[in-house]
Amino acid sequence: MSNILPPAAGGEVTPATAEPTLSEGSGTGLWKDAFRRLRRNPQAIAGAIIIGLFLLVAALAPILAPYGGNELPGRTEITPINIPGPGELPEYPLGLDRFGGDVLSKLIWGAQASLMIGVISTAIGLAGGMLLGLLAGGLGGWVDSVIMRFVDILLSVPNLLLAVSIAAILGQGQYAVMIAIGASQLPIFARLLRSSMLSQRGSDYILAAQTLGLSRRTITMSHLLPNSVGPVIVQATLSLATAVIDAAALSFLGLGGGLPQTAEWGRMLTYAQAELASSPYLAFLPGACIAITALGFTLLGESLREALDPKTRQK
Amino acid sequence: MLRVIGKRLALLIPTLFGLSVLLFLWVRSLPGGPATALLGERATPEAVARVNELYGFDQPLLLQYFTYMGKLLQGDFGTSIITGRPVLQEFATRFPATIELSVVALIFAIGIGIPLGYLAARHYGKVVDHGSVVLSLIGITIPVFFLAFILKYLFAIQWPILPPDGRQNPRINATHFTDFYVLDGILTGEYDAAWDAFQHLILPGLALGTIPLAIIVRITRASVLEVQNADYVRTARAKGLMEKTIRSRFILRNAMLPVVTTIGLQTGLLISGAVLTETVFAFNGIGSFLRDAIFELDYPVLQGFIIFIAILYALINLIVDISYTIIDPRVRVQ
Repeated sequence: MSNILPPAAGGEVTPATAEPTLSEGSGTGLWKDAFRRLRRNPQAIAGAIIIGLFLLVAALAPILAPYGGNELPGRTEITPINIPGPGELPEYPLGLDRFGGDVLSKLIWGAQASLMIGVISTAIGLAGGMLLGLLAGGLGGWVDSVIMRFVDILLSVPNLLLAVSIAAILGQGQYAVMIAIGASQLPIFARLLRSSMLSQRGSDYILAAQTLGLSRRTITMSHLLPNSVGPVIVQATLSLATAVIDAAALSFLGLGGGLPQTAEWGRMLTYAQAELASSPYLAFLPGACIAITALGFTLLGESLREALDPKTRQK
Repeated sequence: MLRVIGKRLALLIPTLFGLSVLLFLWVRSLPGGPATALLGERATPEAVARVNELYGFDQPLLLQYFTYMGKLLQGDFGTSIITGRPVLQEFATRFPATIELSVVALIFAIGIGIPLGYLAARHYGKVVDHGSVVLSLIGITIPVFFLAFILKYLFAIQWPILPPDGRQNPRINATHFTDFYVLDGILTGEYDAAWDAFQHLILPGLALGTIPLAIIVRITRASVLEVQNADYVRTARAKGLMEKTIRSRFILRNAMLPVVTTIGLQTGLLISGAVLTETVFAFNGIGSFLRDAIFELDYPVLQGFIIFIAILYALINLIVDISYTIIDPRVRVQ
């Protein structure tokens, strides 16, 4: 399926029809060109701003957050029937939760937790998936068959269930969540890289490299792989969004481990459930954080796909 | 046709075989082994040894695997640790609830998704188009459980027009024989019970259906956009066919292939969403049962469920492939 979402800017910027595609060859590589197109895409800029803010908050959490992530500064302010909400107490601008934690601080520390889980788990999935895809696409033959059957089996189990089953072996905790999500993303990367490599295999430049007598390893590693990695990188950006959502889902279900008051967005939602009627902000604030972060990665990933898509490149 | 189906089902065998091996190894690598999972963490070594002997966990691995496969092939998935009842029986009593929920979610997703995607493509670049793109983007990035919270807060707490949780008002004295509550109510003529059960399905159904909705909108839009400028559409127009005929017979029909694939994929994925949605709405289906199974490490349930889902996935894919041949004659010829 081709992606046909050119935002208003896409068509207008290049009136260079008189000077056709050859001019691109003069120093504009695929990635440079993609970057140039990204900068002109408002969708990409919006995504980049969201992610930039998110990174900034995560990195500066120790400075920005008024309290520590697992601290309960407002323990004495809460009663079983009353949890002070946003704006009720000046020292807790976004209110308290049922444990007496400061919601603002927890949201800020939660950004750090989400970023860490999202990036590490996607890195695990990417590394494992690329290794499998590279072996399958590079070696072919029975190695390819065995790896792809294995990937098919993993794909026959829904992502979340796969992650949950893996978390069940590893026990509860953040590392289990990371490995579980990473492993559940592995099949997509393996498949993408393999199919992308297969589609490149018949190209003229590969034939040229073979004629030159280059070894299979050199061809695979320095010709096939760099030219096939585009879709994988796009998928990795989109997978970051899924990873943030899935991590929140797993800790929402209670597989995150650690203390109940841990500053983690999904975990905050678990305990917001009982207070939904009296303190809806406890659910809405962390929920919105998850959604906005996922939105940022999705926007960026999709613009990247558009920018790298040869179908829209010539425009 | 039958040969194609037979071939596809035969292809399922190696996948299921591989899956059974993985699951077998999975159960044996659970922390403390299956005996600890059965007895809890504070089990005495003697009790563990007794259970190991009773269930044959002390036998050589290969022998254990054959015993396990033998039972699986007879449809014996073991007994649930939580409830002590056969896994298959547990599934049978809870699946109807989740099926009802999924049907509502799919009707919502398809019923709104295809028309909206089609309209967006027809009015490409206009307000409808931008609106649908933005809406589908939100639909994709919002976590299911958060959406469930929002819906519950708005329509069950703030404006209490729909029930916040459960499958049916316990005060209604309804007769159940199929476990499909809406269907039961209609069949027995207890229309108030059917109506009440249906109301309980709306909010979780909306929450569950939103992601598939968003994806169906996007795929329909992209697919219609690609098709509506095809040569055969121009030809049809040039030879003066009615616009209505062109839209329904030429554009929509040809644009449906990727949409059907997507619907199939999304149907398979509904079950993950059901785990989360049913948790928020305290909806007693397979999803909330699975959640409990995850917590208690009820491995016979998880194991049975994963095999069951893998089969379900394959069947859905098969149905999708069969529907291709109905939509697209070119596939039939091949």
